[in-house]
Amino acid sequence: MKINYCDALIVGGGLAGLRVAVQTQEKGLSTVVLSLVPVKRSHSAAAQGGMQASLANTVMGKGDNEDVHFADTVKGSDWGCDQEVARMFVTTAPKAIRELANWGVPWSRVRQGPREVVINAQRTTIVEPSEAHGLINARDFGGTKKWRTCYTADATGHTMLYGVANEAIRREVEIHERKELLRLIVENRRCYGAVVRDLITGEIEAYLAKATCIATGGWGRVYRTTTNAVICEGTGQAAVLETGIAALGNPEAVQFHPTPIVPSGILLTEGCRGDGGVLRDVDGYRFMPDYEPEKKDLASRDVVSRRMMEHIRKGKGVPSPFGDHLWLDISILGREHIEKNLRDVQEIAMTFNGIDPADEGPKGWLPVRPAQHYSMGGIRTKPTGESPDLSGLFSCGEAACWDLHGFNRLGGNSVAETVVSGMIVGSYMAEFCRENDIDVSTRLVEESIEKEVRYIREILERPESEGMSIFDIKRRMQHIMDEKVGIFRDGTHLQEAVDELQELLKRSRKVGVRYKCLKANPELEETYRVPKMLKIALSIAYSALMRTESRGAHYREDYTMRDDLNWLKRTLVRWSDPEATLPELSYEALEIMKMEMPPAFRGYGRKGQIIENPLSAKRQEEVEAIRRRLEAEGKDRFAIQEALMPFDLPENYRAKNERLGVGYA
Amino acid sequence: MPKHKIMTPDQSSGRELTFEILKYNPRDPNSRPHLETYKIRETPGMTLFVALNMIREDLDPDLAFDFVCRAGICGSCGMMVNGKPLLACRTRTADYPDGRIRLMPMPAFELIKDLSVITGQWMDRMSKRVESWVHAKEKQDITRIEKPVDPDAADATFELDRCIECGICVASCATALMRPDFVGAVGLNRIARFEADPQDERTDADFYELVGDDAGIFGCMSLLACEDHCPKNLPLQEKIAYMRRKLSKA
Repeated sequence: MKINYCDALIVGGGLAGLRVAVQTQEKGLSTVVLSLVPVKRSHSAAAQGGMQASLANTVMGKGDNEDVHFADTVKGSDWGCDQEVARMFVTTAPKAIRELANWGVPWSRVRQGPREVVINAQRTTIVEPSEAHGLINARDFGGTKKWRTCYTADATGHTMLYGVANEAIRREVEIHERKELLRLIVENRRCYGAVVRDLITGEIEAYLAKATCIATGGWGRVYRTTTNAVICEGTGQAAVLETGIAALGNPEAVQFHPTPIVPSGILLTEGCRGDGGVLRDVDGYRFMPDYEPEKKDLASRDVVSRRMMEHIRKGKGVPSPFGDHLWLDISILGREHIEKNLRDVQEIAMTFNGIDPADEGPKGWLPVRPAQHYSMGGIRTKPTGESPDLSGLFSCGEAACWDLHGFNRLGGNSVAETVVSGMIVGSYMAEFCRENDIDVSTRLVEESIEKEVRYIREILERPESEGMSIFDIKRRMQHIMDEKVGIFRDGTHLQEAVDELQELLKRSRKVGVRYKCLKANPELEETYRVPKMLKIALSIAYSALMRTESRGAHYREDYTMRDDLNWLKRTLVRWSDPEATLPELSYEALEIMKMEMPPAFRGYGRKGQIIENPLSAKRQEEVEAIRRRLEAEGKDRFAIQEALMPFDLPENYRAKNERLGVGYA
Repeated sequence: MPKHKIMTPDQSSGRELTFEILKYNPRDPNSRPHLETYKIRETPGMTLFVALNMIREDLDPDLAFDFVCRAGICGSCGMMVNGKPLLACRTRTADYPDGRIRLMPMPAFELIKDLSVITGQWMDRMSKRVESWVHAKEKQDITRIEKPVDPDAADATFELDRCIECGICVASCATALMRPDFVGAVGLNRIARFEADPQDERTDADFYELVGDDAGIFGCMSLLACEDHCPKNLPLQEKIAYMRRKLSKA
């Protein structure tokens, strides 16, 4: 029995996991990171466009601060997020980006003087002030009031990941590659670590830790058409679900990005539109201003994706062997801009489609269609990142439902969340490790390992099955998710999806493998992963079926209203019976009377589609009264915010952020 | 207005492709290295990512290879394609007119199985050797406005920070094959990256301490296969020459 001991165990070596690891290591805790792949290959590297932080350095970001970033995030979430978490996030984001600058992330910097940009398809000259020269630059992104998205060309995730990974190497964090989480070691509502399989030797071992953090990213690969990397299969979240104790939050909240390229589904960053690119239809017509007069091509992602599909349904799509699509036109930005700031986009378009997007006119237009991109839902945590149900279990980044994004995440808020939540959750986790020892029996550890050893052996001993292979089952699952749990949802199709996925789950538990080796064996790995993926797919489909309203990215054609009266609540999913084919759902309310920003219209999307909750108006009056009173008393925005909705932060993350021209105001 | 645009320049006719792939599991005593042949039908716009998954799903569930992003961003899928080290996800089958493609694992790295090699530990050693992080004495307060950086210097640093540690420069390097401790173009580029970074306070003498030997900057024989094959088109030749001139004076 191989047992590894550490204080802090982190599963997942992307930006979130590594940032947590740096934090716990810095606090003197022995820290181990487990990763499926070399950590610098994590899907964080694929984030292109940028990271939101309200620095307000560029002239187009002037007036930006935590309050504006907070309001954008809450509206973007369609009031589904935890507003306290959003406050924690916007307060820490400027510190996170400045820390990354110190760690060597070569952020694009402001250049003083006039600069030509494209705004609303018009060439416009902006003038950057000399005092901003050399400070971190920002570009425009969807659903934001200010230019707030800081970037390194369109390889922002890559430079951030290398910055944080190099910092982890510098601090000598132990990183164990090609290790896969199979099961959490749990007893009496306490998590003691994990049972892990070595993907090279096939050995099954235990990692025992005072605290375990799941930072395994998103679960996009339960869909066929997704921008996600092939390792984003949700098996980390499934291991949490399989404890039967901890819950997933809002799995039905799935983001579809407007502009993955057709047919490969590889992402083309929102920065394309942020920098001035536009969407066009079969006639070359720029259609978004007709639907969204205010934000146009830069409404939030859920809205733009739906408008695109709506337009395709009207017959305005471009027919292709891979289905109808629309065009993304960035040629209007000019070759120089593209080759400097959108070079990965150009490289992807040229490699995978043979199109140079800098070519003028229709020749350079890129075929795009919305596809699965991000999971707002995930492992439900408290604002500290700890599971409310399972002591010693933490989660952060896309794997978690912390819940910063509610029912729609803003572009640029995901890489920002990874590092910010890494800082915050890492601190709380370190505190937990200092205050809690583990007292674990070897019997429990042995049993936990033994269960997985037996399970793997049982898979290998299964008779060769007739009919569907494990690969067929996976493909079928992905097809069902694309077709029936996509952008437009309704009760009939969701019910069909739930029924079919349950059948697939049963089948997946019996399927045999052809090659019987215990070591590096792709078919064996697929065979124990797919049932986990099916549990995630079922959690998404079933939660979507039960949520009879439309909110953010969850759109029901049979319930088109956002229902604040009945559905201002978070879905919680648990899977307590391992033999069951459906999870149990429950709900936790979002309390309007505690919100800093009570529910209202987002400012984009369809108007008049809200079933109002009377508490929203009541809280709004209360908020305004408090604001008026404190303003009359001469209180600043920080004191007013504190009175409206207090929140906690560890370290000095609570400290005010300095900005150009306004200091700490 | 184009009603139909060709998605890829090669709407191939579904010709037959013949793959020869090295199969070997060094941890299985019964396994012997050998070439296995697979025949599949080409699909429009097919890349090696699509082809290898098709082979695994339909013909050989045991075939091992590595992909993560499948978009040329993460650097996981370096392999030898008809003798040249390439990122498999960006390699189109249409670029092989005779339809015969031979795949081998990258040399210089430890083999896991078939086309899968361990690059992570190699890169980790390199990162530690060149101390791949910013060296600055003064600690910056993260609540304050950041230190300004010349925009051109930031861009120049970013240019070299684009390396994805795919290992292709190592697999194509004669020195690396002869000297397992050679830091490779990837390591020398990393040195150049921090040399260009205005935030890093290290001097040429400091860099000389790290790579001023035959396993470092003086090991390069200037064959330049690294630059020929770098999927990110990094200016490796220029940067190695530049660093060598600087460090020979250090």
